Amino acid sequence: MTIAKALRLAIAEEMRRDATVICIGEDIGIPGGWGGAFTVTWGLEREFGRERIRNTPISEAGLMGAAIGAALTGLRPIADFQYSDFMFCAADQLINQAPKICFMSGGRVKVPLVVRAPVGATTRGAQHAQCPEAWIVHTPGWKVAVPCTPYDAKGLLKSAVRDDNPVFIFEHKLLYGSSGARKEDNAVQVDEAVPQEDFVVPFGVAAVRRPGRDITLVATHLMLYRALQAAEELTQAGIELEVIDPRTLVPFDYETVCESLGRTGRLMIVEEDTRRGGWGAEIIAEIAEKHADLLKAPPMRVATYDAPIAASPVMERYAVPGAERIAAAARTMMAE
Amino acid sequence: MFPLNQPELERSPAPLPDKEKALDLYRTMWRIRAFEDRVYQYFEAGRIPGTVHQYQGQEAIAAGVCGHLQRRDYITSTHRPHGHAIAKGIPLEEMAAELFGSVAGCCRGHGGSMHMGSPEYGMPPASAIVAGGVPIAAGIGLSCRMRKPGSVVACFFGDGAFNNGAFHEGANLCAIWDLPVVLVCENNFYGASTHLTLANKIPRLAQRACSYGMPAETVDGNDVFVVYEAAGRAVERARANEGPSFLECLTYRRCGHSRRDRNQYRDKQEEQFWLARDPLELARDRLLRENVATRAELEVIEQGAAAEAQAALEHGERAAQPDGEEALRHVFWEGSQ
Repeated sequence: MTIAKALRLAIAEEMRRDATVICIGEDIGIPGGWGGAFTVTWGLEREFGRERIRNTPISEAGLMGAAIGAALTGLRPIADFQYSDFMFCAADQLINQAPKICFMSGGRVKVPLVVRAPVGATTRGAQHAQCPEAWIVHTPGWKVAVPCTPYDAKGLLKSAVRDDNPVFIFEHKLLYGSSGARKEDNAVQVDEAVPQEDFVVPFGVAAVRRPGRDITLVATHLMLYRALQAAEELTQAGIELEVIDPRTLVPFDYETVCESLGRTGRLMIVEEDTRRGGWGAEIIAEIAEKHADLLKAPPMRVATYDAPIAASPVMERYAVPGAERIAAAARTMMAE
Repeated sequence: MFPLNQPELERSPAPLPDKEKALDLYRTMWRIRAFEDRVYQYFEAGRIPGTVHQYQGQEAIAAGVCGHLQRRDYITSTHRPHGHAIAKGIPLEEMAAELFGSVAGCCRGHGGSMHMGSPEYGMPPASAIVAGGVPIAAGIGLSCRMRKPGSVVACFFGDGAFNNGAFHEGANLCAIWDLPVVLVCENNFYGASTHLTLANKIPRLAQRACSYGMPAETVDGNDVFVVYEAAGRAVERARANEGPSFLECLTYRRCGHSRRDRNQYRDKQEEQFWLARDPLELARDRLLRENVATRAELEVIEQGAAAEAQAALEHGERAAQPDGEEALRHVFWEGSQ
């Protein structure tokens, strides 16, 4: 099963379980349409109707505000942006409203809201390419999930729907496994069997995707797969990467990372966001402040260079970390 | 300058509701005025922290609109929320405590003046981002229709919100989804210090509002019986699931925009015209002229409001202050308490 299908399955199961769950977004629930930009909600209107699979105009502030209002008063909306870049049109709702309403009410009002947004550079140019997780990670009041496998996509989305707080789910365009007209070139195949029965993946529990003794490498989404590829190549050089998928950035599982660091003593973050002020900087700062004793080498970030993403595939390949750049960084780290 | 003698202010008087309701509206206006005047004194004396955006002069709108609402209905509000909160029923003591940052406040000291609200009374914390509450009101309207048929939302905002994109997006969703929302524009002629005519090319905001595909009208927002009548039509439409309405209520601040603002940007003639049209006095004159109530009956209401407001502020100032660590609570939901 692909990630797109796993997400769709999770939404359908949650909507069957709980009549208050609704979907709200652009180009969803249109018979003959796409099911959102990447097919996740495709066909759901046939079972749940267009009242619950609610299509909106191109109106990000409107749809996000409406999702928040609905969440305040008894519904559990799953809102989606077609591209995470578009979330900035709804910045007031995402920064000033959703994550502050429970707090401003003194804990008397809850906001059980899920927002989904696709990230990643895919040769579409600068405004359809960003990985804006850090903006949300920085804002108190949000939980942030970053599913990288079909199993986690289903389990994390179900956890998000059942959470009584605003949860942001960032999904990667090249990992969806979308087909037909929405198929992506250069996509990574991450199909796996996903249990049909009900299960959740709890927040704040990382997964070690590959054990290794030399470097603790934390990566999400596409970078996770490139890191695994780099790890494969590095075995020939005798370097063993321990690759950790954090699954959620807020809360973040420092325990698993520290446990790994206790063995490796070296920390590398690989992220697709631009380097300056990314979530990786936060993880490194936290470890440096509280667990410096675990580090036997300076931590390292491998990230997209600090520039908007160019449309040219050649330029994009240069700016975004690939397996080679990750492997080179690991060699440098081990040589020091 | 905007013309002073507008046809909306010259209309024949609205019908009076029955005596009980008429006095109810009068009482609500006085409770707002008394509370706001007392808050102003405390604020000027440096006893209330932060800032306040006050409602004196606009009381007829909150009273007239909320006069049609019940506990099961909702309102959304703005940086100027005290009047709305009072009209929707939040006790003055809880509001006063909130102004002093007390844990006894309606938002436990986490909200403050600009984020008054209480789920018990159908008012989520007010949004102090101009127009930010309009799309949220659309979402509440969606909940009402899907989960609580017959409940409605009154969405309060000022003329300043009218040119913000969030207003447009929220109003359009209300219209295309036929949501049970009453969009209440309190047109007090100024977005902070900027006059309406510097921000709009059209003389009436209702002109643009009706282009969303909803009934829109401009009324005298200083006449509580006019507001009550117009809001009645809009609320009825919403309850009957016939969709949203837009109500432009012409009004005027009797106070500054916020804190110690002295309104030095306002035209003196305009000010004189509007300050002579105090909504409380207009209502009192009408009730006496038409023998709905005696002077003595009205005085009981006025004095009762003053005493209640004074007691509320005294309570608020004495109410328990939080420990500093409370600052870190309620970032996430801790369950119903």
